[in-house]
Order: sequence, then structure tokens, then C-alpha cells
Amino acid sequence: MLKIIRNRIEQGYRTSSYPKEPIDLYHRYRGLPIIHHTCDPAIVKQCAEICPQDAILSAEYKIDLGKCTFCGRCEEIADGAFVTFSQDFAMGTESREALICDGFLPKLAEHSKQHFKKLFGRSLQLRQVSAGGCNACEADTNVLNTPFFDLSRFGIDFVASPRHADGLHVTGPVSRNMKTALLATYEAIPTPKIVIASGACSISGGPFFDSTEITGGLEKILPVDLYIPGCPPHPLSTLHALLQFFTKTP
Amino acid sequence: MANLLQIHNGEVVKRSAIPLLSFPEFAEVLTDFINRNGFIVQFFAYPQNRENRLLAVLRNKQLYITSCTVKESFDSLTASASEKFHMFEREIAEQYGITPKNHPWLKMVRYHANYRNVPDVFGNDYAVDIPGEYPYYEVEGDGIHEVAVGPVHAGIIEPGHFRFQCAGEEVFSLEIQHGYQHRGIEKLLTRVPLKRLPIICEGIAGDTSIGHNLCCCQALEALGNLSVSPEATIVRTMALELERIANHIGDLGALSGDVAFNPPAAYFGRIRGEFLNLLLILCGNRFGKSLILPGGISKSMNREQSGIIKNKLRELEPEIRHVCDLLFSAHTVQARFEQTGTVSREIAARLGLVGYSGKASGLDYDARVFFPTESYFSLEGYRNEITNGDVNSRAWVRREEIMHSIHLINTLLKRSEELCPKTTMTKISLEPDACIVTINEGWRGEISHCLLTDNSRKIERYKIKDPSFHNWTGLAMSLRNQEISDFPLCNKSFNLSYCGFDL
Ligand code: SF4
Ligand code: SF4
Repeated sequence: MLKIIRNRIEQGYRTSSYPKEPIDLYHRYRGLPIIHHTCDPAIVKQCAEICPQDAILSAEYKIDLGKCTFCGRCEEIADGAFVTFSQDFAMGTESREALICDGFLPKLAEHSKQHFKKLFGRSLQLRQVSAGGCNACEADTNVLNTPFFDLSRFGIDFVASPRHADGLHVTGPVSRNMKTALLATYEAIPTPKIVIASGACSISGGPFFDSTEITGGLEKILPVDLYIPGCPPHPLSTLHALLQFFTKTP
Repeated sequence: MANLLQIHNGEVVKRSAIPLLSFPEFAEVLTDFINRNGFIVQFFAYPQNRENRLLAVLRNKQLYITSCTVKESFDSLTASASEKFHMFEREIAEQYGITPKNHPWLKMVRYHANYRNVPDVFGNDYAVDIPGEYPYYEVEGDGIHEVAVGPVHAGIIEPGHFRFQCAGEEVFSLEIQHGYQHRGIEKLLTRVPLKRLPIICEGIAGDTSIGHNLCCCQALEALGNLSVSPEATIVRTMALELERIANHIGDLGALSGDVAFNPPAAYFGRIRGEFLNLLLILCGNRFGKSLILPGGISKSMNREQSGIIKNKLRELEPEIRHVCDLLFSAHTVQARFEQTGTVSREIAARLGLVGYSGKASGLDYDARVFFPTESYFSLEGYRNEITNGDVNSRAWVRREEIMHSIHLINTLLKRSEELCPKTTMTKISLEPDACIVTINEGWRGEISHCLLTDNSRKIERYKIKDPSFHNWTGLAMSLRNQEISDFPLCNKSFNLSYCGFDL
């Protein structure tokens, strides 16, 4: 008993005060990119060539955040002449096109469909399906249940049965072998239901794009309501997106 | 042993230098080697001169390589020599359509068409999505029942399918079917530009991003003649150890949760996050993705980063000790951990278990000691005391490894007073007609990558082995004659990778 009490005191209170108070991430964290539009086109081309995800549209000075794994290689060229990454983790969007961006994303809260907030504003139950990928997305979704993030204080929970769920949270590029199980899970969720594509894999195939063994993006098989980019998305990106998109008073 | 070529970890050898035997010779050499306390690191098929070749990488205290030619089938070594060949032979059948004759357990591994477009060994039609026509092992009789779980499990976890054959609570047999996470990685790696390789390898298993990418980058460095600065080596070693600590802590938390002892579950859950954040301090990503590049590391490490790590470790080390103490001294926990899911030393050796699963059963193999890379040449090895092979031992090894890793990182931090420069991914030209094997001790155990290049310097075969490939069978064995309610505990104590296995 003594040990329990001693540990309890040592551990203290750890829940984050986000979103009431802002939160700072270490400067190396790569969030929303800042694109420098005056950059020499030759450097932009160089960035596009080095990008392992083919995520840079050099002619338009845009980055497809649905493909980008935020590896930071483009930032290392010419001291970030084309792109530097901000620490802004607020990167959820409601459309795939919005992710192909010049450094700005539409504000999620303003654009999110108001009836979602009405329907799910106080309580949102999600069924998570891992459909390929590397499991880091799942791991960083799981941590939302640790004391620091404590997702359930917002009325949002991950549930075991799709019958109890309001929506589907999908990670992974949807491997061919998971497609059937994923669709069956979707079918089992009562309507109205929402679908969230989380991580580069589920948005575009991520690092596995062009593999013949994956579907290569959730939206090819299901209608997606919310996209959360990252490889994996930082837990705060997920928290931010869920709060902005669904809850009434984030 | 003229039929075996001794090689070193991370050493480039000419493909022509690899011994080429007839199958009977090959079988004899391998059987002999395995019988003398030898283990398999890699065993796979590849095409050469329109022939099918089998290549084996073996280890005792040293590393060896050998190969042979086969036609459309060969006599199974699982049947004649050892269970250690079991999964490897099934994989050869699936990837290349070559039948290991008389294999006692010939089933699909990941459910995909073979690479050669020859008739499928299992008679599957891959044009249809996974049909579940898997020939499960069945037990019949009064009071026998079957429990099926997955592919979609209750929590936020990867897909896999488990079949338990039970009499009441008691489990006779557990069969594990994989393949749901199959992304075709090995094939993909041979047809994409080199710039994509590290990112794909980081995606083999996200909890082992550092381990797998390190294997990949070491191979590319050797094949591309790139040297790595000693400072970068220090950071890479530290990152591998941070990855180990984060995962072990996470698992100790999960184990606490499974025996309904919630305080350590919550504390460990939070502390694991602190270690992921240290990886973010190094490279901007909580899983260490993008840190390692062929030739070094992507971000410099200077006093700021090393200072943060040093201070964090000083703060967390006593906390970890105290929470471990809380967990391991609770009688309720001991009652559930001890003598649960036991894998004897003999079974562990027969199956060739690696990592903490092997160490907990008394196999002292640690790739950091046997085949050191990076900074491990000059670091203290690790040996665990408790080797009963049960859940308790597997948990205890984690505790000891965590403490050992913290000690290693502290040692490395003292050495890294100098700024470690960053590197960028450059164009590499690979050695032609070459073969390389890289091995590292990831947090789950031995990870190995083997690459073969062709005469135009392209990668012709990229073979990956995650430690889970050896250890899933260990989990199945640990459930024998246990209560089915012990499954979560056994499962978490192994915590194997689905995606690392599925590839
Ligand atoms: S950070 Fe994104 S855009 Fe830049 S190189 Fe990496 S994947 Fe490409
Ligand atoms: S998006 Fe990145 S982190 Fe997420 S599953 Fe895919 S590879 Fe892993």
C-alpha cells in the first residue's frame, strides 16, 4: 500500500490542459509547412526530386500533405529556401483537395458540417480499424487514452463493437487482405456514420504507394469525412481534429 | 565446413563467392549445422540464371552463408531436420511456388500470389479477396470447442486471426493466421528508387522503425561505399536503445493492465510517451522515423538535444525503478505472472526463439554481443538472471533491459560531447553482383535484412526478417494447456509484430 501511495505522489497530476491552454511542441517537430513562394524554381525542383513520397508539386509550389510523411528532407535543402516546417499540429481537413496546399489549410471548425456537431457533439464513439500500415498510427491513436491526453474527458471514446460506434477511424493503406474485413466493419456501423482517414497510408497509401498489394487510399472504397495527415499524425493532430470537427465547445 | 562461407555482419560478399551446392549436400550441411546448436537467420528463395536458388544464412557464434539450386520442389527440412525451418519453408512455397515436399504443416503465410506466376502451391485464386479458406487445425470430440478471434480485434490493434481449440477453459492448441497487413514490401523494395528505401523500411513495423531502417541503411552503406562518422554512430545506437526502452515500458504497462493493476499501467503509459518524445527531440518524429539515412543521420545532435536527453533520463530513471518495484512486488501480480505461458528452454531452442522471448527461456543470444554494429563493439553486454520461460521471466527481462539501455545511453552521452553533423540522402551507386546480410538486435530481438544486387547494380532480391517471424510459434506454444483467459497476458508478454511479420 505504501508503495502505491509513494508512486501516486511521485507521478502527480499529468493531464494536459490543452485545448484550454496552448501547447508547445519541440522545435524539431514538423507540422504544417511554411512555403516560401519567392524560392528559386531550381531549388523547388531539387526538393521535388529528393522527396521520397513524390509529394511536391514543383510548378505550383504546393505540397500534398496527404502523401507527405513529414520526413523533412525538403527542408534540409538550401537551408529551407523552399519549405520550413512550423510546429502547428492543427492539420485536419474535410476534403482531400485541401491537403494539396501552399502552406495554408481551411479552418476545420468553420467548415465542418454543422449537423455532425449536432449529432455527435456530446458523445462520439469510434471503431478503429487497422488496415495495413506500420502500426505507428495505431500506437499514437492509443496514447489518446493515456492520462496526458485523456480523450474520454471530451466524450470521445474508441469502442470494441462497430454496432456501438458512430463512425470508423481507419489507419493503414488498406491492404488487399484487409479490405473485406474493413468493409464488413463499416457495414456493421449504424447510419448516420462518419469515416476518418488517419495518416498518410490511409489517405494516399503512404510509404507503400504503388504497391500492388494495397488499395492505396481509403477514399477509393469509402466516403471519407475527415482527413488527418502525418506519418503518424501526432496525437495532438488527432485530438485537435476530433475536437474541432465534432465537439460543440472545443 | 567448406560448404559454408563465413561472413561478417554488414560485409559485402560477391554473389559468386557464395557456395553453390546440390540439394542433398545443402540439406546435409544445414541439418548438421542445426543439430550442433546452430540457428537460422535467413532462408529464402531467389532466381538466378533462370534457376531457383535457396539461400541460407546461419549462425552459431559466427555467421555463415550457403546456397543450392532446386527445381519445382525439394524435400522439406522441417520434416527431416528441425522445426526451425518450418516458417521459412512455408514462405518459400508462397513467394516462389516451390514445394517443400512432406512439409508437415504446409499452409499459407501471408496470402498472396507468388512472384514467378507459376501455379499456386496452396491452390488459391488470388483474384478474389481473402476468402478465409485457410485449412485450420481442428480438434473434435465431446466438450471440445473452438474460439475464433479477429482479424478485427476489440482494441486499437493490428489485424490477425487466432483459433483456439479448447476443452472448457483449457487450450489444446492455438493457431495464428497472418497476412492481413501484407503490403508487398519485399517486392516493392526492388522496384522503387533508392530514396524511398529508408521510409519504406521504417514502415515495416512502426515500433521498430529504428531497428529495421538501421538494417537497411547499413546494407546500403556497405553496398554503396559510404562511411558513417563515429558521432553519427553514437546517435544511431542511442536511438535504437530509446526505441527498446519505449517499447519495453509500454509492454510492462500493458501487462499491468491485463492483470487489472491499473496504477502502473497508467504510469508506464505516460513514461513510454516521454521516451517517444526523446526520439522526437532527436529527429522530429516520435517513432524515430527519418532519423537514420544511408551515411549517417538526418539531424545534427548538439548540446541542446543531448542535454535534454540527459536530464530526462535522470528524472525518469528513479520513477521507472519505483513503478517496476510496485509492479513486481505485488503478490497479485506475481500470482498471475509466474508459471503462466511457460516455454521451456528446450522448446525455445528447438523453435529458435530470439530476443527477450528467447532470453527469458534461457537462450543467451543477443545480436549486440554476438554480431555488434554501430557503437556496440565498445559497450557492455547484457545478461539476464531469470530464465523460467514464463510471463514473469519475459516481463523481468524487459525490466533488466530497460535499466541496461539507460546505462548504455548514459555511457554514450558522455562520449558525444562533440557536435554530431547531419547528412543528406545522396545518390548511391551499389556494388554489382553482391550480397549483404545485416543484423541488429531490435527491441524484439534479431532483425535481419539480406540484399542481392544484379550486374546492373539494381537490387534483385530484398529479404527482410523481423524477430516476430521466429517468435509467433513461441506464443502458440506458450498457450498449450493454459487457460484461455491467460491469452492476453501471454500475448502481451511476447508482444509480437503483425506488420513486421506480414511485410
Ligand atoms: S517532408 Fe514531405 S514533402 Fe518534404 S521531402 Fe519529406 S515527404 Fe517530401
Ligand atoms: S501513415 Fe506512416 S505511421 Fe501511419 S501506418 Fe502508414 S507508415 Fe505507419
